[in-house]
This record gives sequence, structure tokens and C-alpha cells, in this order.
Amino acid sequence: MSAPLLEVNNLAMHFPVREGLLLRARAFNRAVDGVSFSIGPGETLGLVGESGCGKSTLGRCVARLYQPTGGSIRFDGQDITSMPARTLRPLRQDIQMIFQDPMESLNSRHTVGDILEEPFLVQKIGDRLWRQKRVAELLNTVGLPARSASRYPFEFSGGQRQRIGIARAIALNPKLVICDEPVSALDVSIQSQILNLLVDLQREFNLSYLFIAHDLAVVKHVSDRVAIMYLGKIVETAASETIYHQARHPYTKSLIAAIPVPDPHRSVQRQVLRGDVPSPINPPSGCSFHPRCPVAEPRCAEQEPELIDSGAGQLAACHLIQRQT
Amino acid sequence: MALLEVDNLVTEFATDEGLVRAVDGVSFSVEPGATVGIVGESGCGKSVTALSIMRLLPQPMGRIASGEIRFQDRDLAQLPIPEMEKIRGCRIGMVFQEPMTALNPVHTIGRQLTEGMLLHKICEPANALRAAADLLDRVGIPSPEVRLGEYPHQLSGGMRQRVVIAMALACRPSLLIADEPTTALDVTIQAQILELIKDLQAEMGMAVIMITHDLGVIAETCDQVVVMYAGKVAERGTVFDIFDRPAHPYSRGLLQSIPRLDTEPKSRLGVIEGMVPGLRDLPLGCRFENRCEYAMDRCRELVPVLEQVADGHSVSCIRWRDL
Repeated sequence: MSAPLLEVNNLAMHFPVREGLLLRARAFNRAVDGVSFSIGPGETLGLVGESGCGKSTLGRCVARLYQPTGGSIRFDGQDITSMPARTLRPLRQDIQMIFQDPMESLNSRHTVGDILEEPFLVQKIGDRLWRQKRVAELLNTVGLPARSASRYPFEFSGGQRQRIGIARAIALNPKLVICDEPVSALDVSIQSQILNLLVDLQREFNLSYLFIAHDLAVVKHVSDRVAIMYLGKIVETAASETIYHQARHPYTKSLIAAIPVPDPHRSVQRQVLRGDVPSPINPPSGCSFHPRCPVAEPRCAEQEPELIDSGAGQLAACHLIQRQT
Repeated sequence: MALLEVDNLVTEFATDEGLVRAVDGVSFSVEPGATVGIVGESGCGKSVTALSIMRLLPQPMGRIASGEIRFQDRDLAQLPIPEMEKIRGCRIGMVFQEPMTALNPVHTIGRQLTEGMLLHKICEPANALRAAADLLDRVGIPSPEVRLGEYPHQLSGGMRQRVVIAMALACRPSLLIADEPTTALDVTIQAQILELIKDLQAEMGMAVIMITHDLGVIAETCDQVVVMYAGKVAERGTVFDIFDRPAHPYSRGLLQSIPRLDTEPKSRLGVIEGMVPGLRDLPLGCRFENRCEYAMDRCRELVPVLEQVADGHSVSCIRWRDL
């Protein structure tokens, strides 16, 4: 196995919750709380979880849009965890992001040509003519006509705008693209066009993806491996072929069971997960899933389970799995 | 006899650039106690259909231009507003997508829940809070008495949607219209809400119109399905007709484009090329013609009408026999 492109170790992002006259930090929102994973070249790691589980915060930490409060991020052999902005800037070419809502992430006052040219200006690459040629190439790569360059984002549909966002992300030939809910805002027929495009681009440019989404079916479709997050922690990781049939963690199982299946012949006999996700400011003791877990035991409230290998590269953090093996 | 019959409904909006037909000749019916799904992508007219039935079209832009909406022997499309107000929220309940906007942020849950019950005079003012607490209990909200005094922002998204459902069901309606009731919710919460609607439906015997873009939700909850595209009905049939024997190229395309849990990772998904046409520049013939892989010259000229494929299954495509 080749060396991983990205190695994240015990990463933490605790946001202070400030209160009172002096705005002292009274508590911490443990949005990301001790997460480790790695991504190889050309590989996709899918990150799934419900709202508030910390998946987007994790993505932003990896892109160094946030300064993590603990742990380390190694990218392409270098530790970038607390690298100062000046040294980080050339590396930013290699780590790019695609956001959920392309209307908010594209500057509405710039033409598409300006938006796609900007990465080259920031990194001081090429002359004007060269950049314009490159913009035309990028538009072609993502399936938009070259004349789009002179138009504004509002003139495009949601799916086309996401194509522009993708073109911008791949402009500088990055190694890693962090996709944060890239298809959640799109209609199903458009969603499949964008998913196919992302898979094609990965093959063509050997991109690595950190693919963040709440929809397990979508994530499983584009990923090599899938990590399930709950309340700031990864509770299970597995190959995407196996996660559906061999989920071990009770949370993963209930997540899979909750997804409505587009097959009217399947009779619905599901164990519905009770209650809501607790607050990451004051997470439950022990295993943070224990208040909602259908199989929790007394020790689950006391001891925090570790992620352990449960065979064939599948990791799960649950006391009850340890007993089985 | 059908509980609700929508017949050739046309709904128009006056915009700066002229009149736009958001719903153009839509017909379907809902039997008592049944669940009918309306599925389609953004802009297909599914929500406008619901708002037309409820007579909640944005005023003064929106209006029902023609067609009938027969509900319990009356035509809702023609009903005077005071008469409609007796039906709305009483015999027809509605659940919206975003519970935070459906609830009033400055009134307590108790006040919002009792408002409808008092308006429709289904309980005495003295008993209203008691009845409201019972309702909250019924939709699975713990310690309902405490919740009655709280405000919407104090509840989670799933709890808020339960309150909205409780409000819609306060008068035991015979029809519930749910417009994307779970789209804003997480998948484990979605499962709770869908189960709740199903249980309440069985208990009260009401019919449900489930409006969604999610084919999974349709497959799990509906008996009948209406597939809409660009303001028209593309196909209509039982849930098995639509999933097992889709006759319209659009229904087929939709079913092939969704990633499923059991598909091969990184395999190619089916796509429907292009995008939904704007309501101002619709194709002249079939509205799906410019995205359809089976389109012929005839499709560009002829406006298709709903043809019967089998009993209860109809499709609006002139080529359905060839496919």
C-alpha cells in the first residue's frame, strides 16, 4: 500500500462557548473530538453523519479553514496542523473544496470567467492569454459551453452552478478535494449527473476525495471507504461494499435501517431510533450513543469504547462488538 | 366514492414577465384512507397543486384559472373564502416542509395548538389545554404539559415537526396534505416522523397526500403515485405500477438515477440529460421532449394526453407502447 496522502490523527476542534460580561469560555462545543483517518492517493473516503455530528467542521479543519485545537494533520508528508498562513499558501493548491450551495460559494458579481481565473491569479500562474485558455478547458472538462465564461452565476441552474464550483476546485490540479454535501441541494436527475462527473474527474486526474454528506446511499456510491460520525467521533469505518451488509456498530445499523428504500415490495420492519442527537457541548458519558442505543449495557454509560479492528479493515467503537470477537 | 377529486386543475401566477402556468391540467383522485404520493423535481408544480387544494396560493399573484377540486361533494376551487376557512385546518390538515417557518416564533406551543381547536369549536376553551396536551402526547412528545408553555425555538427540528403534525391533526381531518414533511430532517428523525404519520393514519382513518422528491419515501408510504413534470402529470398509477412497470421515460429516468444502497460503488448512475425547462420557455409538444432519449419529431409537435396503460395506470407519452 502506498503512503497515505492525508493522515489525520486524534484531531479535535473544540469551539469555546462564551458567556457573560467578560465573554469567558464557560464550556466547549466539542464539534470534532479525537478523530483519526487517512486517505490514499486516488481514494475516496466518505464521511456520513446527521446534522451537528461535526462532519463539516472536520472537513474545514482538514482544509485549514479552521485551526484545530488538538491532534495533527499530515498532508503529503508535511505536518500542516499549525503551519503559518505564508507557508501554507503554496500547499493550498493541493487541497480544494466544493461546497453545498454553489450560489453562496460563488461571487455573484463576478463572471464565471473571473471566478475560474482567480485561483491562477492568487497563485500567480500563467499570463492572461494562457489563463483564458485554461478557463475554457476547465469549462469543457465539467461539461459547460465555453461561452459560459462571460456570464454570471445567477444565469445558471443549480446543477450548472455546482459544475462551476467543481471547475474552480480542480483548476489548480489539486491532490485532495473536500466535497461538503456537494449534491444535497440538487434534484435527483441533476444529482446523478454531478456524481458521475465527480467519479470521472477522479479517474482522469487521480484525485483523492473527502466526501462529506448526510445521505449514506450517495456517499456509499462514490466512496471506497466510509466513516460514520456521531457527536464528533468516528464510530465505524468500513469498505463501502461491506458497510451495508456488515455494519457492526448499532448506530450504523439504525442509520441504514432508517433510509427509505425505493422498493415498494420491501415490507418496512424497522427499528426506529428514539430521541434526538444530544448536544456536543455536554455529550453523554461513556459511549456518546448509549442514551439512544437499543442494545446499551450499564458499562456503556461509564466507559468510552475505542475504535478497534473487527476484521477485514473494518473498525468499530462499541463495547458489545469487543465481546463478540 | 373518492374523497378528493382534482379535475383538470390549472393554476397560474401573474409575474413581471407575464402569466405563468405552474400547474397545467392536473387530475388525480384520493380514496378515503389511502395515501397518494406526488413526486417530481423542483418547479414541477407539486407544491402549487397542494396550495391550490388548500386555497393558500400567494395572493394576489396566484389563482386557480380553471378546473375542479371536489372534496366531499363541494368544489373547493369555487368555494367562498369563509366557507373554505371552515374546511382548511379542520377537514383538511396540512404539514409543511420547514416546521420553524410553519410555527409562530412568538407564541407558545400551547397557544398555537389550541388556536385551531377553538376556531373550529371542537372543544370548550376550558378543556383546550388538556386536549392540546393529549395531542402532544399522541405525537410522541415527552412531558407535554411542560412543552405547552414553551416556544418553538426551544424544541429540536424533529419535535417541532411533531408539533406541526399535532396541529394539523387537532380536528381529526379526513385528509392530510404533507408537503415534504421530512425533507429538512435527519434520516433517523425522518423515520420517526414517517412512522408517526402512518400510525396516526391507521388510527384515524384519514387519507394522506404525500408530496416529496424522495422516491424512497414514496415507495414506503404510498398506495398511489402521481409523477409530475413541468406542471403536468407525466404518469399516474399504483406504487407498484410506477416502480415495477414505469411507462413514462421520465419516471424510468428518475428511478435509474438514484444511488441505492445495493448498487456497485463508483458505477455509473443513469442520468436524465439537460435540465427542467423554465415555465416560460416550455417545449411546444411534450414537455419532456428535450431531455428524452426516445423523443421523435412527433413528440415535438403533439401534446401528449394521459392514455390508459392498464386499469388505474395512465401515462402521458405518445410512445409508451414502443418502449
